[in-house]
Amino acid sequence: MIETLAVRAFALAAGLLAAAPAAAKDELTIGFTQYPATLHPIIDSMAAKSYVLGMTRRPFTAYDKDWVLRCMLCVDLPTVENGLARPVDRPDGTKGVAITLAIHPGATWGDGVPVSTQDVAFTIEVGRDDKSGVAAQEFYKRVERVEIHDAKRFTLHMEKLTYQYNDFGDFQLLPAHLERPVFAAGAEGYKQRTLFDAEPTRAGLHFGPYRIEQVVAGSHLVLAPNPTWYGDKPHFRKITIRAIENTAALEANLLSGSIDYIAGELGLTLDQALAFEKRHGARFDIVYKPGLVYEHIDLNLDNPLLKDRRVRQALLMALDREALNRQLFEGKQPVAASFVNPLDRVAATDTPRYGFEPARAQALLDEAGFRPGPDGIRVNAAGQRLSLELGTTAGNRTRESVQQVLQNQWKRVGVEVRIKNDPARVFFGEITRKRAFPAMAMYAWISSPESGPRNQLHSKSIPTEANNFAGQNYPGFANAEIDGLIDRLEVELDFDRRKAIWTRVQAIYATELPVLPLYFRAESFIVPKWLAGIEPTGHLHYSSLRVEHWKPR
Amino acid sequence: MLGYLVRRLIQAIAVLAAMSLVVYVLLGLMPGDPVDLMASGDPKMTPADMQRLRALHGVDRPILERYASWATAALQGDLGWSRSFRRPVLEIMAPRLANTLLLMGSALAVALGIGLPLGIWAAARRGRLADQAINLACFAGAATPTFWLALLLMMVFAVHLGWLPAGSLPPDGAGPLEVLRHMALPVATLALVEAGIYARHMRAAMIDALAQDYVRTARAKGASELRILLVHALRNAALPVTTVAALGFGGLFSGALVTETMFAWPGMGKLIYDSILTSDFNMALVTLLFATLVTLLANLLADLGYAALDPRIALDGSDGRDG
Repeated sequence: MIETLAVRAFALAAGLLAAAPAAAKDELTIGFTQYPATLHPIIDSMAAKSYVLGMTRRPFTAYDKDWVLRCMLCVDLPTVENGLARPVDRPDGTKGVAITLAIHPGATWGDGVPVSTQDVAFTIEVGRDDKSGVAAQEFYKRVERVEIHDAKRFTLHMEKLTYQYNDFGDFQLLPAHLERPVFAAGAEGYKQRTLFDAEPTRAGLHFGPYRIEQVVAGSHLVLAPNPTWYGDKPHFRKITIRAIENTAALEANLLSGSIDYIAGELGLTLDQALAFEKRHGARFDIVYKPGLVYEHIDLNLDNPLLKDRRVRQALLMALDREALNRQLFEGKQPVAASFVNPLDRVAATDTPRYGFEPARAQALLDEAGFRPGPDGIRVNAAGQRLSLELGTTAGNRTRESVQQVLQNQWKRVGVEVRIKNDPARVFFGEITRKRAFPAMAMYAWISSPESGPRNQLHSKSIPTEANNFAGQNYPGFANAEIDGLIDRLEVELDFDRRKAIWTRVQAIYATELPVLPLYFRAESFIVPKWLAGIEPTGHLHYSSLRVEHWKPR
Repeated sequence: MLGYLVRRLIQAIAVLAAMSLVVYVLLGLMPGDPVDLMASGDPKMTPADMQRLRALHGVDRPILERYASWATAALQGDLGWSRSFRRPVLEIMAPRLANTLLLMGSALAVALGIGLPLGIWAAARRGRLADQAINLACFAGAATPTFWLALLLMMVFAVHLGWLPAGSLPPDGAGPLEVLRHMALPVATLALVEAGIYARHMRAAMIDALAQDYVRTARAKGASELRILLVHALRNAALPVTTVAALGFGGLFSGALVTETMFAWPGMGKLIYDSILTSDFNMALVTLLFATLVTLLANLLADLGYAALDPRIALDGSDGRDG
């Protein structure tokens, strides 16, 4: 009797609790794994923030899915050829550039105030102020003067002419009519008072296809179409972006219909997506997009065992990276020949490549004086064992799996590898930053298309105590030719000549091997069958920048 | 009694002051600083940017100097701003605290509602099948990892049956039923684990109480079993359970990291964890000190509760009544 009552009560409760009607297709709920701590466009860089703001505003320029630079807020992409970018000789003998841009005539803040050159001048003022809290200030510091022509047209006088002169991807306008009074109250506290965080739902903060309608800190954001948007009308009348940090819970939310789509930029890792595809692939389109996240192993060139180039080359030849990609990643993460992604237009095709050549690896190690010892591990004449420590971020399942494979492959050619991992905070905060890894450190770099390697390869970027550990040349690679090439590369405007420099940089990199290239990481987009228009980019200008093209099939 | 309360409050203030220093110094000793974390996500930050930001955020100053600045401001009522959220600490903390109170309070109520009657029932049926079944269920509940139980409930009730949402806060303006639907799985996860613990404590305390002389006397006087259980034994058995419940009360305010993370429920546990990981000193300090304060107060309440439940316990140093 009691059991019968319990079953009935349970059934009744189940009826009451039955899922709400499925969301109509004019609403979209996106799940991702990080909540944006700030919504200010130029203070701090954060993937979740960039993803959300991709829907509510536009940078002047952005790379598209084919990695071609396009105008988004501007009317014409300025180039030297079309005369909108004009090289200028500066009094100190260096070259600057004057770049003329026109804001899209229809661009209007959500409160009806036109986006104007007043916003340009204000944004640069904020960006240049040392106390405003803007993280990456280099672009703003390079602006010597802003020449306002009219409400929509202006010229930026930049102190240095570089090949990336027309990439304005980081130039995100602030609404002067709302933010100027806040900034005027004092630059030092601006980052705490800004309306982007104090009143993020103010309509006038956004001019993209959507505006932010509701913010529940730490949980979700709700976006609604922005009536002043000047581009194609977006389809969805409501987009909810939910932060669900645990990826197992993210999957469960997708399967239960609580969310519709998992953003690839901040979603499942590749191994999780591959497992998900096996179980639920029929219900979703799973798109893998290799991108600019470059997994590699930094070699500490101060280590005597690694000073010999032949040893470094042998280490790479001993690895079957294609098999690793096939077995661990089902071929979705392309093997890297250098730090330049093959999708990048400056990727060289004739870079020295290292296949799986264990016999050559052994021959090179013999040549370098390392002969197999009694236990199979190579030893040199001085009695030094070829024993190296390999560290990475503890708890990163993918990297730990890769480590096991590499350790095994190196052992076959007589190289002993000891694994020592640390939590990410220790690994990045102390070990790599201070070059405290004794031999090898495995992690990833993230960059943008045709991103110069000054910070990673120039000898002035080697972190030392003297420079307060600034720079990310963690291997300690010092090569005069590379230094010169990087200096030339940055100011070479002619693409063909620049590509030749890039090719040489990649050739030296692949020959000298201060770093062992592994693979380029792929992002996994879990898209419901009914949703069309999402175009993964593989770079930092996310798919959300084209949200107005997302619609049901 | 008043003297006792004053002494305890002075002790609490001393503990909080010591905690604040220890927590601040420990946070400062963690490898990396907030600027390193910013740089790791921004390939365009230059070494010059990092130096400028270190000075701007004050992380280039000695740790004790920074602590002194924080403590001075805190004593003047300024608990500071969250570096991560760019809002005053209390503005971020308040809604998280409300979410946690709702979640943990409901879970505690459900856990006590299930655990205490089960414990009493098991004690009354000691050694019988019901007792063994309850024991087994309690051990299973207490031993189940929260993340696993959360996933299991999610897969069954959200994915396969589709009855409940898989987590997250209810949408703005949601009615009571919708709020309950969103709370159901996280509350069940917490309550199922906690109920087992309360039932075990209750059972042990009740068995002990039921063996006392006064129970035998009550039985000899012809009192019913129900009256013996609920009137004579329960009051005495409630003492040890009060200690456990008091600690649970402290948890009401400090949140449940795993459950909050699994169900995307923005509460205090996740806030404390994230603020430590991101070196958000002000937020980490205030939330940790708040959790400490609540635990201290909960223990004080427990002590007061003892005195109320057992007249033999005296709080002010004098002898209690020997009943």
